[in-house]
Amino acid sequence: METVLTFLKVFLVGGAICTVGQILLAKTMLTTGRILALFVVLGVVLTAVGLYEPLIEFAEAGASVPLTGFGYSLAKGVEQAVDQFGPLGIFSGGIAATAAGVAAAIVFGYLNAVLFDPKTKK
Amino acid sequence: MAKKVGNFTVALERPVVFRGGGAIVGKMEKQGPLGDYFDHVVQDDLWGEKSWEKAESKMYYEAVRHAVKDAGLMAEEIDLLAGGDLLNQLISAGFAARETEFPFLGLYGACSTMAESLIIGSMAIEAGFAHHVACCVTSHFSTAERQFRTPLELGTQKTPTAQRTVTGAGASVLSVSGQGPRITGCTIGKVLDYGIKDAANMGAAMAPAAADTIYRHLSDTGRDPGYYDAIVTGDLGIFGQQLMLEQLREKGMDLRDVAWDCGIEIFSQDQDPHMGGSGCGCSATVLNAYLLRRLREGDLNRILFVATGALLSPLSTLQGESIPSIAHGVVIERGDG
Amino acid sequence: MEPYETRRSREAVEERNRVYGQHVKETMPKSNLLSGCIKAFLVGGLICCIGQGIRMFAAQSLMMDEQATNMFTCVVLVFLGATLTGLGVYDDIGRFAGGGSIVPITGFANSVVSPAMEHKREGLILGVGANLFKIAGPVLVNGITASVVYGVIYYLINLF
Repeated sequence: METVLTFLKVFLVGGAICTVGQILLAKTMLTTGRILALFVVLGVVLTAVGLYEPLIEFAEAGASVPLTGFGYSLAKGVEQAVDQFGPLGIFSGGIAATAAGVAAAIVFGYLNAVLFDPKTKK
Repeated sequence: MAKKVGNFTVALERPVVFRGGGAIVGKMEKQGPLGDYFDHVVQDDLWGEKSWEKAESKMYYEAVRHAVKDAGLMAEEIDLLAGGDLLNQLISAGFAARETEFPFLGLYGACSTMAESLIIGSMAIEAGFAHHVACCVTSHFSTAERQFRTPLELGTQKTPTAQRTVTGAGASVLSVSGQGPRITGCTIGKVLDYGIKDAANMGAAMAPAAADTIYRHLSDTGRDPGYYDAIVTGDLGIFGQQLMLEQLREKGMDLRDVAWDCGIEIFSQDQDPHMGGSGCGCSATVLNAYLLRRLREGDLNRILFVATGALLSPLSTLQGESIPSIAHGVVIERGDG
Repeated sequence: MEPYETRRSREAVEERNRVYGQHVKETMPKSNLLSGCIKAFLVGGLICCIGQGIRMFAAQSLMMDEQATNMFTCVVLVFLGATLTGLGVYDDIGRFAGGGSIVPITGFANSVVSPAMEHKREGLILGVGANLFKIAGPVLVNGITASVVYGVIYYLINLF
């Protein structure tokens, strides 16, 4: 039962965040790249003001999988690194916390680009 | 000699004949309502080449070759090849012209290039600079998407006003004499910009240019819209055509019965092209495969071919500039034979 | 430059463009916002649920701690997004779901792979290598800059 409830929360929160993206796409002239950048920065800002962490605790993947969650990881990483290393952590924290995702994107991106050809479709 | 009529229109004294033509299209265009008219279909958009750009260049070359053969001319008899494509530095046309070895004028008028090259070609013939001119333009869905829009595999939705770039090359051979439909005049368009910035709404950007060219053509010549069996715009699409008709109605011209648009004709709505086809290959293939055929067969006597072009670039879009547009009109009549 | 005699004044052109722009905006075909939002909601929610499934698998079956679970989920989702893009499926999902497939981290992977794949014919180093970051680059630049700005603020606040 608890699992079902968790998934329900994940579904609702994740779906809602994506719906915000859809509204922005439909109502503004923002392109994909700008939406992606906006969501990451928004995640950093919301984490900084303390609003995003409760959402992560509430909805887990529903809040961490959208790109705002990537922003959350960046911000959390900076906090932890500043606590640990002082001012140097300002620079190291964000990238360190998201290194796995970024490296995965680079490597899997590279592999896919080499292995597959783009296809013209409808 | 040709004479200037009114402010912007040129009437040719000796009509220039469409001696031959050729149209090569992609698979989706072949499946459209005009599919049976095209000379050749490219089933796979690489067409055996290593890149889409090379495939586009090959379409250009083959369309020219087909048109020259159709005209019954030898390659040495072609005095000039005029035309272009949508890519930076006109690589498709330029690379194809390297293979043809014809004297070459590369032209860029975005999607209006077919009309632009017909105008240059017929003026050259009228003036006696050339006897036979090949005019050819091409566009390719994949090369144009990549240059002007987003990567093909990027998961984005198209807005409802978007249009689909036609994969196709259309070529005409214009001659000083011969049988077939003929060009009897043309109206060179002005660049107009009504401040539209949305690159996914090219119909709205180009509609004022089309309306202006048609209006000026009809006022210069003193003709009614009904003088033509069809006034065929290039790639305004459904919404752009609606805007153009509205603008002309405001100026007291009713084009509803004669307005056609190549972008609307080339795809059926089941193929989900949104507002219709676009790209310079759109008007070029529809003209060469379909309109000229109907003129030859005699169901059309006189048309005004108005190819429309949006003179934007990806850079100008990113810099927030609006979209200047142009439309050129070419009068094509059935002729005697 | 002196204006041509027949040329309209700047104000007249601006007014003409404003009227036309307004008319275009009012009459242009619009996408259905509601159905778009429902599709985005369903697909976006579903992708997050897949992420939750991966999280649970990592935490319960692989006994990973919180940090490792996060990384594992992120890497697996990026792998899925990248592979579906390579196979030519992700853009179909995107055409249906819009924001529902752009906003999740799989959309980030899609934005990395798609331009890179398209430019492979310009070579592996400058074609693929440079275009991997064509869309993702601005995302990382802005995100990391934002995190550094936040780091400065966080550091200063903790100082006092």
